[in-house]
This record gives sequence, C-alpha cells and structure tokens, in this order.
Amino acid sequence: MELQKKKELKPSAGEGTRPGPLYIPGVDILETQDEIVVLADMPGVDSKNVDIDLKDNQLTISGRIDPVASEKEVSLYSEFGWGDYLRTFTLSNLINQEKISAKMDQGVLRLTLPKAEKMKPKKISVAAG
Amino acid sequence: MAIIRWQPPFDDMDRLHREVDRLFTEFTAGGEPFTSRAYPAVNITEDTDHYYVRGELPGVKAEDLEIAVVEGRLLIRGERKLGPEDKGANYHRREREGGFFRRIIALPAKVNSEKVSAAIKNGVFTITLPKAEEAKPRKIAVKTA
Repeated sequence: MELQKKKELKPSAGEGTRPGPLYIPGVDILETQDEIVVLADMPGVDSKNVDIDLKDNQLTISGRIDPVASEKEVSLYSEFGWGDYLRTFTLSNLINQEKISAKMDQGVLRLTLPKAEKMKPKKISVAAG
Repeated sequence: MAIIRWQPPFDDMDRLHREVDRLFTEFTAGGEPFTSRAYPAVNITEDTDHYYVRGELPGVKAEDLEIAVVEGRLLIRGERKLGPEDKGANYHRREREGGFFRRIIALPAKVNSEKVSAAIKNGVFTITLPKAEEAKPRKIAVKTA
C-alpha cells in the first residue's frame, strides 16, 4: 500500500471552531437500489464526536479528534498532522431523512442514507394488448 | 597566452546556494517536514522513559496488525481490509484503499523490547517503547565546590 497524503482543508472552504488544521476525510460513496452508503476514514474520532448534518441536499460530515499525545511528550519525527475532519457533499437524490443511520467503527464512519420512496426506480409492467 | 572567458567570481557559489535553497523549499513545502510514501505514516515522540510511535490505520482491527521489535528496528505489518460491499452497488467515489502494508522504522536508541506494548483505538495505533536503562537521560547533580 502506498501512502495517500492527508488532504488539508483550505481556510476559505470553511473553518472549524477549534484552532488547528482541518482535514478532508477520504470517502467511498456507493449506491444500491434502496440506499446511498458513505464510508469515510476519520481516524482518531470517537463515535460520540461525529456530527452529521443534512440540510436540503447538503450533507456535512464532521469529526472531532481527542488529543492523542500527552503534554509531556516531545516530537522527534513527524510525517503527518493531527486534526479534525470536515467534508460537505451535495446529494442529487432525495433522502428519507428519518431513516438515516450512522455507525463509527475503528475510525471509519458508515453512513446509510435510504432513498425516499418516490426516488426508487419503479418497474412498470407492460401488458400485452 | 590562452584566452579564458571572464566569469564573475563566486558565480558557482551563488548557483549552488540557489539550488540548495530550492531543494529545501521543495522539501518542506508539503507542510510536514518529512515526506515519505511509506504506509502507514508515523509520528514519533518521546518522554523521559518512553518512545511513542503513532499512526493512522482506520478500519484495521487489532488482529490484522502485527508489531515486532528486531535489533533496534520496529516492524509494523498488517492488512487493511475494506469490507465486502453489495455486488450490485454502484461506486460514485472510491478514495479509500485497502491491502497489505509493511513498514520498518529504525529506532532512535535502545529499547526494552520485552516491554513494548501496542494498542489501536478509533483507527489510531500507539506503540509504547520503554527506553533501555542505558538510553535514559541520567541527571548529574552539580555541586558547588
């Protein structure tokens, strides 16, 4: 595996309330017939520190990390930075907001967005006349 | 008498200076001073008694991670498994990557390899390496003569 550099969010694209860098989590987005699934890598974020917001068709995912190192520690070598996560998507489908579910497991967020009934493809049977 | 083209003195020195300058700016431009393509990226810190090696491995379970200390080197090896998704699913974005990884890191000083411990929480691993007795800083009392 090769390292993908953590992408830092530019301050113009939104800022966090806490000082420090904000990172853009890497995501997989997949769609099945009934739902849209978003998988986001947010290492260091506990399930209680994830925020998901869906307003109109703007989906915002944010995660806050807990400090990892104690204050007594001195840095010797550093390849990446620690920071909170933020990413916004525009959804093209109508989502059944009541049935959104989210799960955080080992730093990976799994967000399930069920499609609204009327957006599901309907099969129309054609009767022979 | 040979004709030698006149060059301003120290021209070469100037060029070397600029070149070194450019190298340094490129090297540090990424924000993080050390850039390595090895996975996982690590941060190393120390306090008086320990070294700490930390890195991000989202979605990697403890049983898929192997850590060993061999002759002053730290080995981090494992597999990042991306869960099987619905076959009929249509991918809109695919930015996450899975697979096997292996990394060897030279440790800055001797460690007590018997007492090395490792933990992974929320996709962040911490390897705690107690320094060997001889690597710990020794305080020397200064007496007034």
